[in-house]
Amino acid sequence: MTPPLLLRGGRVIDPSRGLDQTADVLIQDGKIAGVGTGLGEPDGVEVRDVRGRVVAPGLVDVHVHLREPGNEDVETIASGARAAAAGGFTAVCAMPNTDPVTDNQAAVGFIVRQSVRAGLTRVYPIGAISVGQKGEQLSEFGEMVGAGAVAVSDDGRPVASGHLMRTALEYARTFEIPVADHCEEPTLAAGGVMHEGLVATRLGLKGIPAAAEEIMVGRDILLAQLTGGHVHLCHVSTRGSVDLIRRGKAQGVRVTAEVTPHHLTLTDRACEGYDTHAKMNPPLREAADVAALRAALAEGVIDCIASDHAPHAYDAKEAAFDDAPFGIVGLETAFGVAHSELVLGGVLSLPDLVRRMSTAPAAAFRLAGGTLKPGAPADVVILDVTAQWTVDPTAFCSKSRNTPFAGRMLTGRAALTLVGGRMVHEAEARAGR
Amino acid sequence: MSRPPPGRTTILDARALSRALQRMAVEVLELAHGTDDLVLIGIQRRGVELAERIAKLIEKEEGVLVPRGALDITLYRDDLQTVGPKPVIGETRIPGELSGKHVVIVDDVLYTGRTVRAALDELADFGRPKRISLCVLVDRGGRELPIQPDIVGKQVKMNSGERVDVLVEELDGRDEVDVVRTGGSA
Amino acid sequence: MTALGKDLIGLEHLSADQIRLILDTAEPFKEVSERPIKKVPALRGKTIVNLFFESSTRTRISFEFAEKRLSADTVNVAASGSSVQKGETLVDTARNLEAMRIDMVVMRHPSSGAAGFLGDRIRSNVINAGDGKHEHPTQGLLDLLTIRDKHGKIEGLKVCLVGDILHSRVARSNIWGLSKLGAEVGVCGPDTLMPRGIEELGVCRFRRIEEAIEWADVLNVLRLQLERMEGGFIPSLREYYRVFGVTAERLAQAPRELTVMHPGPMNRGVEIDSRVADGKHSVILDQVTNGVAVRMAVLYLLAGGRPELAEAAKGPAGGGPE
Repeated sequence: MTPPLLLRGGRVIDPSRGLDQTADVLIQDGKIAGVGTGLGEPDGVEVRDVRGRVVAPGLVDVHVHLREPGNEDVETIASGARAAAAGGFTAVCAMPNTDPVTDNQAAVGFIVRQSVRAGLTRVYPIGAISVGQKGEQLSEFGEMVGAGAVAVSDDGRPVASGHLMRTALEYARTFEIPVADHCEEPTLAAGGVMHEGLVATRLGLKGIPAAAEEIMVGRDILLAQLTGGHVHLCHVSTRGSVDLIRRGKAQGVRVTAEVTPHHLTLTDRACEGYDTHAKMNPPLREAADVAALRAALAEGVIDCIASDHAPHAYDAKEAAFDDAPFGIVGLETAFGVAHSELVLGGVLSLPDLVRRMSTAPAAAFRLAGGTLKPGAPADVVILDVTAQWTVDPTAFCSKSRNTPFAGRMLTGRAALTLVGGRMVHEAEARAGR
Repeated sequence: MSRPPPGRTTILDARALSRALQRMAVEVLELAHGTDDLVLIGIQRRGVELAERIAKLIEKEEGVLVPRGALDITLYRDDLQTVGPKPVIGETRIPGELSGKHVVIVDDVLYTGRTVRAALDELADFGRPKRISLCVLVDRGGRELPIQPDIVGKQVKMNSGERVDVLVEELDGRDEVDVVRTGGSA
Repeated sequence: MTALGKDLIGLEHLSADQIRLILDTAEPFKEVSERPIKKVPALRGKTIVNLFFESSTRTRISFEFAEKRLSADTVNVAASGSSVQKGETLVDTARNLEAMRIDMVVMRHPSSGAAGFLGDRIRSNVINAGDGKHEHPTQGLLDLLTIRDKHGKIEGLKVCLVGDILHSRVARSNIWGLSKLGAEVGVCGPDTLMPRGIEELGVCRFRRIEEAIEWADVLNVLRLQLERMEGGFIPSLREYYRVFGVTAERLAQAPRELTVMHPGPMNRGVEIDSRVADGKHSVILDQVTNGVAVRMAVLYLLAGGRPELAEAAKGPAGGGPE
């Protein structure tokens, strides 16, 4: 039984209650016992001085790929959870495109058990929409939810069939879970490896037009409207998608959306020189798209930031651009990138960033978390928003190193991560680790 | 040992050069026993101009303009693997068949002999002349290969740190042969 | 600095001076191909591997002749380019070549960027013989040389590329080379075969072949890449010929004497009429002749010179060939 913990003197930001003030936080029996000043100190309490730090609800990442089962060489649930903890996340949702696909209760249960064994960041399984993610037959939502699944998705792939998407949205209503879609019209995107535009033309690479995403975004919003179901749009990347989401929300459709830190920061120009660390799906787009995504996040049209953490072996990315796999890791750089680019860049206030990385994603997926109200699980992150550090992939907790941010200097990182009141990560005291 | 100061000394002025060429033209005729199978081939660059002049002199004497050609030996140099960036390649043009001909190679300066060796290799790729002779304006000694000229305009003894510059009207605006002291090893 | 560097990956990042150096160097090499003994010893002792991950008879033969005429030792390797195939990765191939101390690699590969990828990883000179849809620099260069020979210049000429620009590395190399040397570049073809943002590269766009013929001094007709079209960019070859084919009738309407080029191999009766291909406007065979000369020039210019050896060879007396 961990002794009580008092976090003294930090700037407490709790978006769930509109709190942003200097206060103490008392944690007892794995729960938040109190937030405020002049809190009593129970026997045996450990006091931690967090003056100059930010105390916030633990970050929540609703879109990660942990590769276990099937590709344990590049990541496991344990190593992924460690990477998440290092990134300040107290909960992550793991996509089901594992090998075998997580499309049944036994597979979901496996992930839950692995998460408990690791004992670090909470890993919530997302079940597949269709058996084998083949896009044909619905999987057993009920059984998967019963075993611990918090949402369904065929991510990795789009749900090509309108009929399947519709039935998934309708069926999911029984269990009150979101249906998360990777929006990509397959015939338009087929063979594409980056954004379709001038950079692709110069490089001689086949492009994926923005319309390929927007067509499915439009379709999914209409189907959510038709069915009354909740659709969650994964990794939104274009300004056209933003416009569609804004309209859908205005019409009261139950749509939530996420955006990745890299789509908020990088454009297709990162692909020049054929750098495969700039290859992901959806691809990096144009400056106008980045601007629209930032504005949408600030406005709340996009609800939250999610990393789409996608580990790959080092030699898989050492290939010609066409042949390299899509995806980059992101758990350990998400907060640093978002803070450096958006908060220090004047796009978001710090409390808004915390909302978008904690309270809002938890709310979108109806997870416990994203709050410091007394009685809630003590999932807390202590952020050092002045810490300057250089991204060094060789120092990652993740097993994989495929990041486009190597060598970049970022400001802001998690100093301490607590899950259920237990410490699961502590950054080294020295600067520049 | 003190080196002489840098400077330029003319050893042949325009008139002296003209006289030398006249004598060389006569010697070419003697060597080739007339113009019947004579072909003059100049080595790029200034050898080409000199070959042209000798041909004109021969024409004045014999009334026949013998065939002239040009040879660029860049691709046959034995030091191509060590130079970089690559030297510019000039024109090579060989007048007709060479078998049965007496080819007289014409060059401005003979020094180590490597240029002539390269020229002989290149000519061999064009055919098999009956005979090849060498005619140079200046022989400065310093041979690194067993190659000797048949006809020489002027023999010069050179020291280290010196080089010979041949200037011709067609390319340089005047006719002159100079010894240039560079004040260091050339 | 005019010297070319270690590799020839494309024309996009070469300067106009560097391109002119290659063209000027190609001229004397044309003469070598006219000799009875078509060989010079310039690259004697160099080992060159022709690493072709896509089949190509024409380009490979042209390179092979260029290499042999420079007295180099050549080896042809036909490898599988499919990323799905289990086999040696491009990285492993690169490392093996390096380990065998190959001097130069001429590579054709189906992925854009593959030539630069290889060049960054091995010390050998890498010459791009076509990488995906990115560039085919020696084709671009021989096209420039052919135009320059025919018209005496490139600057101010109007050159129109006709056909499947979207999938064409020849088009991209041509666009870079022609623009840098001051030509006006046009492109003509159906929208389905035109890459996004092409006008931002400074080219004019024609949707009808008649307009292109009216405008241009030179037409460079691209092969309709049957093997590259992954699905229905045009309804049929017959329609393509009817609408975009360079036919004798259309050429007869041209306001001036047009030069017609084609990188080959030609689809007669699809993008180009036989009468045009074989007719007086065509310089297609000159392109082939120039191809060997240009490739010899590129190999010659890239072949490792090591100036420090020249210094050492000079010695105390001051040597050098004379």
